[in-house]
Amino acid sequence: MLKILKYSFYEMIRSRWVFIYTGFYLLATISLLLLSNDLSKVLISMTNITLILTPLIGILFGTIYYYNSKEFIQLLMAQALSRWSIFSGMYAGMVIALCMSVLLGIGLPFVFYGIFGSPDLHIFLLLITMGCVLSIIFSLIAFLIAMKYDDKVKGLSISIFVWLFFAIVYDGIFLLLLLGLKDYPLDKLTISMLVLNPIDLSRILILMKLDMSAMMGYTGAVLSKFLGRGTGMLVVSISLMIWMALPLWRLYKIGLKKDF
Amino acid sequence: MITITKLNKSYKKNHVLRDIDLSLPQSGIVALLGPNGSGKTTLLKCFLGMVMADSGQIEFDGKSVIGQYAYRSKVSYLSQIARFPENLTARELISLMKEIKAGETREHTFIKIFNLEKELDKKMGSLSGGTRQKVNITLALMHDDPLIILDEPSTGLDPLSLQELKKFVLAEKDKGKLILITTHILSLAEDLADDILFLLEGDIYFNGSLHDLLKDQNEDNLERAIAQILRTTKEYANA
Repeated sequence: MLKILKYSFYEMIRSRWVFIYTGFYLLATISLLLLSNDLSKVLISMTNITLILTPLIGILFGTIYYYNSKEFIQLLMAQALSRWSIFSGMYAGMVIALCMSVLLGIGLPFVFYGIFGSPDLHIFLLLITMGCVLSIIFSLIAFLIAMKYDDKVKGLSISIFVWLFFAIVYDGIFLLLLLGLKDYPLDKLTISMLVLNPIDLSRILILMKLDMSAMMGYTGAVLSKFLGRGTGMLVVSISLMIWMALPLWRLYKIGLKKDF
Repeated sequence: MITITKLNKSYKKNHVLRDIDLSLPQSGIVALLGPNGSGKTTLLKCFLGMVMADSGQIEFDGKSVIGQYAYRSKVSYLSQIARFPENLTARELISLMKEIKAGETREHTFIKIFNLEKELDKKMGSLSGGTRQKVNITLALMHDDPLIILDEPSTGLDPLSLQELKKFVLAEKDKGKLILITTHILSLAEDLADDILFLLEGDIYFNGSLHDLLKDQNEDNLERAIAQILRTTKEYANA
């Protein structure tokens, strides 16, 4: 697995698109830091950008990378390697490169700005972690989609739709449901709907840490009120871990049976 | 060396392999022929574990290969399509293969006969189709394995390189290896093969020596003999 990981990582870091992606984060973070003196405001802006962009890039890169590597996977499958070591190696090489883009692109400017001496350090670390977690989750989903659909156009369309659903449509449905059912107690529904969307989970986790009740919205308020801040964060963190573990388990299962 | 019993494979409603029973010799060159979609590549992929058979048994050196992967260390496989990660170089791919599979390698033979030295440090994405196929062949055949499987080896090769490849394959046969080739170029099969395995709609239509096939069909070259088979089956189907 490590051998395949190494070459898959080499392949990714030489890709023009990974450079552009890292460059975009660098540019956005540097510009925001130069424009504003308030570090926590910059962190909030970067949170908004990261929560939209990492899932999108994760799912797009994942799908395209898998389709482009299909013949290479066949070549590897003819070797004395288990299927799992091939898939996990290819996936890990790709996702490490994506996480490095987040770490370098967002991390470096903050480090030079002096984040390590600032009281907002823990929020910065959380932001970076969430960027990586979302990259992991969405590129895993991308691999699953690409393995399921051999047709590239179909796979890519579904990937974009999945991103659109979690990043935008989901919140709309959520809001409509809350409005429509406002006469009933909604705390359980709210918490379960929150748990079903990894982007919302990441957002809530960062906002809870930011200690800005006004920005947490209804979901954050419910979570703090009913579970308490500590338990609330624990529930959110465990949910995110399940979001990483479940697709990984599916990848293993599909990988065992897939025809190439 | 390879024994296949009652092998079946369907893709949705399309029954690609039907109850294939097959036993291949220890050494020699076997050409796997058949029209498009007759199940040649699927049969090879079932053996290599890339495609999961619906039912049946495949044995290699007396042991079942279903769900296993260690046996593949004794197999050199050349795939039909030569596409590689675009940002890696041929040299890197060669070292990857060396890391995956231990043992003596002979990539220098291929680098020399295919004149690849200058291409080794270029990114795969910038190489031409023919050069990629040469890299593909180098990667597939650089290990000294007792079983060689070549799926359409002639794709994109210039006549000179094809000749070198033929020479190499014949030399490997003389070492007592088993070589399986699928190809659409019947003259290639005729030049190399000792035995012909002809697949038609997922069934084995003919399995025997090239000589017997020609005699059966009363023809003096392979192309005409195959055309004759296809014609007869078409008439049979229409009747």
